[in-house]
Amino acid sequence: MHKRKILLRTATALAAACLALLSPLSVSAEEGSYTYNYDYWGDVQDCPDLYSVSKVLTSSDLGLDVKLNNPQGLYTTDDGRVFICDTGNNRVIELVRKSAESLEVVRIIDKIKGSDVNTLAGPTDVAVSANGDIFIADQGNARIVKVDKDLNYIMEFVKPVDNTLDPSLVFQPNKIVLDTAERVYCIATGINKGLIKYENDGTFSGFVGATPVSFDFTDYLWKKFASQEQRAKMESFVPTEYENIYMDKEGFIYTTMALSIDKPNGNGDNAVRKLNLMGSDILVKNGEWEICGDLYVGSGGGYEGISILTDITVLDNDVYVCLDRNRGRLFGYDDQGRMVFAFGGNGNMDGYFRRPAAIEHIGHELYVLDSLDCSITVFSTTEFGELIYTAMEEFDLGHYEESGAAWQRVMDLDGNYDLAYIGIGRSLLRQKRYKEAMRYFELKYDEDNYSKAYKQYRKEWVEEHIVVIVLVILALFLIPLSIGRVKAIRHEIDTADIFVVGKEKGKNT
Amino acid sequence: MIANTKKITDPKEKYIDSLKFSLYCISHPLDGFWDLTHEKRGTMAAANTILIATLLVRLLKLRYTSFIFLRVYWEGINIFLYLASILFPLSLWVLGNWGLTTLFDGKGRLGQVYMATCYALAPYPLIQFPLMIFSNFVTVEEAGFYSVVSALSLVYAGILVVVAMGQIHEYSAAKNILFTVATLFAMLVMIFILMIFFSMISQGVAYFISLAKEFMFRI
Repeated sequence: MHKRKILLRTATALAAACLALLSPLSVSAEEGSYTYNYDYWGDVQDCPDLYSVSKVLTSSDLGLDVKLNNPQGLYTTDDGRVFICDTGNNRVIELVRKSAESLEVVRIIDKIKGSDVNTLAGPTDVAVSANGDIFIADQGNARIVKVDKDLNYIMEFVKPVDNTLDPSLVFQPNKIVLDTAERVYCIATGINKGLIKYENDGTFSGFVGATPVSFDFTDYLWKKFASQEQRAKMESFVPTEYENIYMDKEGFIYTTMALSIDKPNGNGDNAVRKLNLMGSDILVKNGEWEICGDLYVGSGGGYEGISILTDITVLDNDVYVCLDRNRGRLFGYDDQGRMVFAFGGNGNMDGYFRRPAAIEHIGHELYVLDSLDCSITVFSTTEFGELIYTAMEEFDLGHYEESGAAWQRVMDLDGNYDLAYIGIGRSLLRQKRYKEAMRYFELKYDEDNYSKAYKQYRKEWVEEHIVVIVLVILALFLIPLSIGRVKAIRHEIDTADIFVVGKEKGKNT
Repeated sequence: MIANTKKITDPKEKYIDSLKFSLYCISHPLDGFWDLTHEKRGTMAAANTILIATLLVRLLKLRYTSFIFLRVYWEGINIFLYLASILFPLSLWVLGNWGLTTLFDGKGRLGQVYMATCYALAPYPLIQFPLMIFSNFVTVEEAGFYSVVSALSLVYAGILVVVAMGQIHEYSAAKNILFTVATLFAMLVMIFILMIFFSMISQGVAYFISLAKEFMFRI
């Protein structure tokens, strides 16, 4: 009865699925909607927009005299301060959010006070601590510099003293994050041992979360038999460097990594990892599909290969948004690892990118920095997107009925949105309406939640019908037993002496 | 049951009796499959019934098994191809087995090979049908029961097919296993030849189509 509904999936979904499977991506980008999602089967489902562009801010919109040049880093704070690393112009620009459509320049940081080297050289990332100290990854000067809010030099973090590091390697800090105790975690170009971790006094305290070395067994065999020269030409088995990091409000570090094009999501590599303090990956992957951006990566429109997730930001409701620099797309996943949305593309229109470099958020708004276009695109949620976030946040707060109502409205707007069904199901499950919950879970093949609901439903059913069940079981035992008894008695009567004797007498006489 | 060797003349009664005999076959394979042909206890009608029941259960499973075990992408289902996934290997097996054993002292005829194979499939509908209903009353944690029993039904049917062949051809165990393997190879060879055949045919057809197109184009 429920599965028949699956047959009723719209023709557009089918068309989109065929397109995604059969034709190069450029075509589906033209035919499909701007925002899309994957259903249980991995078919592309068109989706209403969760985000719309509220403004694309260029250098002139920001009122800058010197135009942005190859900006690489972006940082936002919860109170609406935005930092852009204008890498090509050796400066950091601090702005403040006035509204969803405008940012206003507060100051331009190109000099610091009280250091031997008072200028910045190619800053690539910024982080701001709770008390306002600013950390700048000053890549050209091989340091991470810490200044107070008036730009007075406090200290700097330099190349870690470690025997395993090549002494000739120039330290190039690339991306940094801070934890609440002002420890610094840093990705540096050419260092693939993991994140460099500094204590808050500037001492290097080790590498965290090295990516596991991955290799094919066939590659390994080839290497065994290859000559010295051949071996030198082969790709060596080294861990991949992280692309970017983000620290969420609970102190977990999210990292992204460019996977090898030959072995997409193979060999245990994960494009997105969530590191705990021990440096191990604790990202929840309950979704049906890998967290790797696009599932179908045909070549077309000049782009080929898998999504390269270059930056990540984690909203307060645990939805994390990854930025694909290959096709200029944003991929949102919820805390269970299920895709919330995917949208964007490469191009010159608003909402498309040329070379996206960084993504940050303020509240639900997303800020994407384009390093070639030298612009910031501000995305704000549509009604649909806001409904989804409301549903998620209400659920986290324990307001299950409100959450269910919001998911219901999401489903009314888009019947192909799988998370809505599961969301309604989960809220019904919490309201102990198991039978209804089972229906929603079955529709979207969520076996774990279905089993939870079914277990409760079965228990309730047994408790309600215990009398009937006992009676039926008793009947199953008693009826054959009594039939046997009746037969035995009848047999006894039939063979009873008085009759048998009488018969025999009759025969004999 | 063995004692019941009296001739049954009524065809309806014979059919019911031969259908019931499949139960004896799957519980006493050696005895049962020997009597199947040598005592003429089996009928073609019963064999066809078992095969149809197998196909029917396979189709019903698609729709009525709990989604925990079987998720059907309905857009990608072709009922006839799905049925062919049983019928095609079955016919290859029957043909291959008969073709080989008839050269090596096999006593079974083509019809008998078919009949015995169908009788050996009996555990599939008998186990899978109740299992299909059972699947709707379990959770993910209890899924192991289903998988084990489901796998057992297949293994059971597989063993029965092998045993049945040994009995109807009057082979010893070693020879039986040898010819089972040989039959599998024969199936592969037949698939290979069929593939060559169809690709040749399609190329031949394509040649004449392109010839005709060229001809029309020139005129």
